[in-house]
Amino acid sequence: MPLLEVKNLQVRVEDREILHELSLTVNKGEVHAIMGPNGSGKSTLSHVIAGKPGYEVTSGEILFNGEDLLAMSPDERSAKGVFLAFQYPVEIPGVATMTFLRTALNAQRKARGESEFSTPDFLKKVRAVATSLNIPQDMLRRGVNVGFSGGEKKRNEILQMALFEPSLCILDEMDSGLDIDAMRIAADGVNALRSPDRAMVVITHYQRLLNYIVPDFVHVMSKGRVVKSGDKELALELEASGYTQFEDAA
Amino acid sequence: MNVALAKTDTGRALSDVFAVARDRLPGAGEVADIRQQAFEAYERVGLPHRRIEEWKYTDLRVLMREVLPLAPAPDAAALKRAGAALKLHAIEGVRRLVLVDGAFAPKLSDTANLEKGLGIRTLREALEGGDSALHAQLFAPENADSMVALNSAVMTDGLVIDVAAGAVLTQPLHIVHIASSAAPAAMFTRSLLNLGKAANVTLVESYIAADGAKAYQAHDSLIVAIGDGARLDHVRLVEDDREAFNISSSVVTLGAHAHFNTFGMTSGSHVSRYQAVIAFAGEGSRVETNGVNLLNGRQHADTTLFLDHAVPNCASREIFRSVVDDRGHSVFQGRIIVRPDAQKTDAKMMTRALLLSDEAEADNKPELEIFADDVTCGHGATTGALDESLLFYLRARGLSEKEAQALLIQAFVGEAIESIANDALRELVISAAQRWLAARG
Repeated sequence: MPLLEVKNLQVRVEDREILHELSLTVNKGEVHAIMGPNGSGKSTLSHVIAGKPGYEVTSGEILFNGEDLLAMSPDERSAKGVFLAFQYPVEIPGVATMTFLRTALNAQRKARGESEFSTPDFLKKVRAVATSLNIPQDMLRRGVNVGFSGGEKKRNEILQMALFEPSLCILDEMDSGLDIDAMRIAADGVNALRSPDRAMVVITHYQRLLNYIVPDFVHVMSKGRVVKSGDKELALELEASGYTQFEDAA
Repeated sequence: MNVALAKTDTGRALSDVFAVARDRLPGAGEVADIRQQAFEAYERVGLPHRRIEEWKYTDLRVLMREVLPLAPAPDAAALKRAGAALKLHAIEGVRRLVLVDGAFAPKLSDTANLEKGLGIRTLREALEGGDSALHAQLFAPENADSMVALNSAVMTDGLVIDVAAGAVLTQPLHIVHIASSAAPAAMFTRSLLNLGKAANVTLVESYIAADGAKAYQAHDSLIVAIGDGARLDHVRLVEDDREAFNISSSVVTLGAHAHFNTFGMTSGSHVSRYQAVIAFAGEGSRVETNGVNLLNGRQHADTTLFLDHAVPNCASREIFRSVVDDRGHSVFQGRIIVRPDAQKTDAKMMTRALLLSDEAEADNKPELEIFADDVTCGHGATTGALDESLLFYLRARGLSEKEAQALLIQAFVGEAIESIANDALRELVISAAQRWLAARG
């Protein structure tokens, strides 16, 4: 059974149709890249999978391990193993990063009927992951993303990914706003999480991220549809030729 | 015309209250005369209403309608109920001073083994004694506000606490106001706290109800004088019954290089009003006055602060947060006056309201009157709902809607609570806020 099956998905925001008959199948262990110009619907797809309010699914379905994902609340999806690394992680003043991480992890575990982590085990785990991602300990005491640089915010997303151990990771424009060094650190973090039990969907506008996170499959989106799929060579082709050809085709 | 009629009715009812109560009120001679004047001052206005600017958002003629008869002195059963309520609201490690139905309850209070430099009397003793200077201090609050005047006229008991120069009390003082009378009645209390030079005290005030006490009225006032170099930490917790009324006033004066850190949280009572006048009388002093309202149902809570910067080189900080659900109504009025001589004043006020329902209401009224030219003053006020993007982020990380809301509300009120210096009291307030959030279900 595929991990994620998006079938003929049609999505509207107010009166505008953003996704048209979009289909995508992702199996465990695979890394898929979704590329496309701005406004092609890439981020909308990630939001709909994560359950962000404000989108109306007019037809089609999304199955996650064979279950109807669209019938679940965002927190149920999270507990089932769906993780969205946000393009713009929000700042939450007054909620210490450590408190947030513990509350979130324990909420997911509770929803799955698992026991809550003890404080020492939790701290040990967070510290180990933070060190591997070059995240200083004092960042964990600050409010969630408050005063973090762009690179720190993205690393904080990857820290959560490592901690929550989701089976599906969707990385929405992880490279936006990052310089090469920051992108490399983030990509190393992502690569460390590649596993036969986990799939990743990497959404990006530019090919350069895919030099660091090498995908198994590449899909090109334009005007709300997948207009071409291929292997990693497709990303290089796009780098050379641009998106214009697909915009015309769609 | 209706208003005039209402005034006549409440006026007459209260005259009767005062006539009946007068014989029971402590203090004769000059005290009785001052009470009579105060009552006359009250009668000229009656209950404050919306056309009195300071009471614009809290019209007691509409919300409270009348002043209830004076509560009877607590009998054994009332004291027993109060004792049970006290157990539920006990705070570890404090010196408890308990007022039940407006009367000091020695058996529920800890007055033995007073620390060196700490003196405690009851208001009743103070009013019945012949200390004119003390009487002058007790009646210092002006009759201009009719609820203060009424309190001066009818106050029955309270605590008079003196802390000698240099005394550092390690044990916080906890004044607990307990309503215990089953029949709805009014309590009138006043307490006085004098801190000598360089003294250091923590004062907690709680307002609670014993089982069965519902639509009572707590009318309280507090007078505080903080000596040069002294520090008072003050925490006020209004946890009255949800049908009750709490009308409280305080007047605080700071000497030079003094520090007053005060925090108030209102989660109880049906209608409450806390009005505080904080005046700087000596240079180099600092005030932090923070507060949180947690309201739901049809609760109405009004905090009205007046910071009087009369001398140079003083600093004040006000952080106020209100969380309003259902048809609750939160009012914050913050007036800061910087008088012509008060150069180098540094005054900041920030008030924010979080509305959790479409029918919730919050009124913020900042008022800055600045008559000096070399000052730093600022204020800000915001009112809004929980941020949807923050809620979605938390839900995408596994928190349920209620859990996500609770975490954000806790963060919202956290900045005001953070200022409480005493660790145990800060934790106590945080867990009280968490209980309120948990009760939202």
